[in-house]
Amino acid sequence: MTTAANADFDAAVYALTGMLRIRRFEERALALQREGKIYGVVHPYIGQEAVAMGVCGALRSSDFVMSNHRNHGHCLAHGADPKRMMAELLGRANGYCGGKGGSMHLVDIERGILGADGIVGANGPYAVGSALASLYRGDDAVTVCFTSDGATGQGAIHEALNLSALWDAPMVWVCENNQYASGTPRAENFAATSIAQLGGSYGIPSYVVDGTSIAEVSAVATEAVARARAGDGPSFIEARVYRFMPHAVRGSAGVQDTRPAAERARWRARDPITLLYTELVETGQIDEATFAAIDDEVAATLDAAVAFAEAGPEPDVAGVHAGVFA
Amino acid sequence: MTDTKGDNGADVVAMTYAQAVERAIAEEMRRDDDVFFLATATPPGGLLDEFGARRIRRTPISENGFTGAAVGAAVRGLRPIVWWRTAAFSLVAFDQVVNHAAKLHYMTGGQVRVPMVMRATSGAGNQSAAQHAASMHSIYAHAPGLKVVMPSCASDALGLMKAAIRDDNPVVVLEPLRCQSQVENVPVSETAPIPLGTGRFARQGTTITVVALGYMVQVAVAAAEILARDGIEVEIIDPRTVTPLDIEMIRRSVQKTGRLIATDDAPPMCSFTSEVLAVVGEHADTFACLRAPMRRVCGADAPTAFNIALEALATPSVDDLVTAITQVVGAER
Repeated sequence: MTTAANADFDAAVYALTGMLRIRRFEERALALQREGKIYGVVHPYIGQEAVAMGVCGALRSSDFVMSNHRNHGHCLAHGADPKRMMAELLGRANGYCGGKGGSMHLVDIERGILGADGIVGANGPYAVGSALASLYRGDDAVTVCFTSDGATGQGAIHEALNLSALWDAPMVWVCENNQYASGTPRAENFAATSIAQLGGSYGIPSYVVDGTSIAEVSAVATEAVARARAGDGPSFIEARVYRFMPHAVRGSAGVQDTRPAAERARWRARDPITLLYTELVETGQIDEATFAAIDDEVAATLDAAVAFAEAGPEPDVAGVHAGVFA
Repeated sequence: MTDTKGDNGADVVAMTYAQAVERAIAEEMRRDDDVFFLATATPPGGLLDEFGARRIRRTPISENGFTGAAVGAAVRGLRPIVWWRTAAFSLVAFDQVVNHAAKLHYMTGGQVRVPMVMRATSGAGNQSAAQHAASMHSIYAHAPGLKVVMPSCASDALGLMKAAIRDDNPVVVLEPLRCQSQVENVPVSETAPIPLGTGRFARQGTTITVVALGYMVQVAVAAAEILARDGIEVEIIDPRTVTPLDIEMIRRSVQKTGRLIATDDAPPMCSFTSEVLAVVGEHADTFACLRAPMRRVCGADAPTAFNIALEALATPSVDDLVTAITQVVGAER
């Protein structure tokens, strides 16, 4: 028999599993990068997992997600296949983009993952276009745009916010304020006191949430998604988080983090996975053994993903000109 | 507009270039509800009256924003037509055009398509100065994934715009400012799209090949009529699309004439005209046929100036072409 308590438990385990899957996926990717199996750059999502899971948990599978360069978490949270993701990170033909996109451009159009944009801020207009398509067709899909404190410096985001408000676009802006725009601290990147003011200045209902708390993110995201689906237009959520890793990691360069050590330690003490796990243990919902079992299950999923990726064929170099035009 | 009978007896109507573009858009919008229009202004003519605000959407002056929104809508399966008004404004949206519209199909391993049209007037001609008057076709042709179309007359504008709207790729349609009021008889009944990548002969001849783009087709025809009095028979090819380029048509013509001039109204550096010379010069069969050095006749290598006499130099003149053709015909290798 399903009870409210059971449903809460299922939701909590779903969220914890999803967050762990993202964390472990990124750890695997960084390990493969150190081994030289993943080349190029990886933008790790570690530390921000509660945002992706909280937001995407509020969506239907028929809804749309527009992501950015730090997209692995968003993709996993909206149902992307870790196998094809990992294969794309390795540049293989069995990856999502056949090796033509890589870590920054994971897309699964079948699952509503519209794009992962390497140009900060440029995904805003694109997401508005998706919401406009829903308006135009009269479907009830909601589009989420994951953006960031870094994107607040880009004109494209301001233009897109204005368009979304003018058109009552059925969408939710999720601004992951991870405190740094690449290497520039938040205070040197955006003049207003609060990033949420950005939404407010275009007349968009705006919220600030603790992005390390999946409960907070879920509650506000659920409200915002319902508002969009009801035809009441966009919402703007500033989720305050911290990325535990530097902006971008390149295997050959090693990991150098120039942010203050005390600041990093302060945020690490608010690890969203630890916070959720601790809460579930304290309320007697799970124990160490259950957590270990979840982690093992995640590890098995990722073992399969890495095996799939490593076994994947390299793309045929003769195909370099294939697919330039549809 | 006046109805009359054309050469083949079909009913035709005299129509300006601008009216032909509008007609193409209207016919495609009637045919396919997924086609809609985005611009910072109400388009001239009856589009808003016929299709309403849902399909003729006015936007803020946010070229980057609304072009990007069109990309997103296209990825979702709609067929937006973005009207930038002048090609120079499109630079504000350059990131969305080149980094997004052009690259997405390739970058996603073919998962998404971006069927959209971006249209604008091109070139100089109404004393708007450099930031409102520019020829951008070579710049867009340099971006893999974009198709670039420049109709030179009303009937081509009608057929090429229809093909652009039906194409599953992002297509930049550049409409020369100096062609806007040109009048031509076109069929009254609905016409077929003209496949992108097929050139046409604006004139056939045997002495020299002139590959002319956009407004330069008219200029080349005027030059050819003058030179015909001296027995110089100019073959004029209007490629109509820069990407894809009808290279075979150009090569076949050069194999016949042995002489080539390429002309457009843009600065010469890394341009359409340099590409035409390259595809002829690097091909052994056509290179072997050349009887004289190839020549380019381009616009001034400068921003478009305001003063009317200076502005005129952005577009090669009939005299410029007559001189160049005479010199190339007179030269023997």
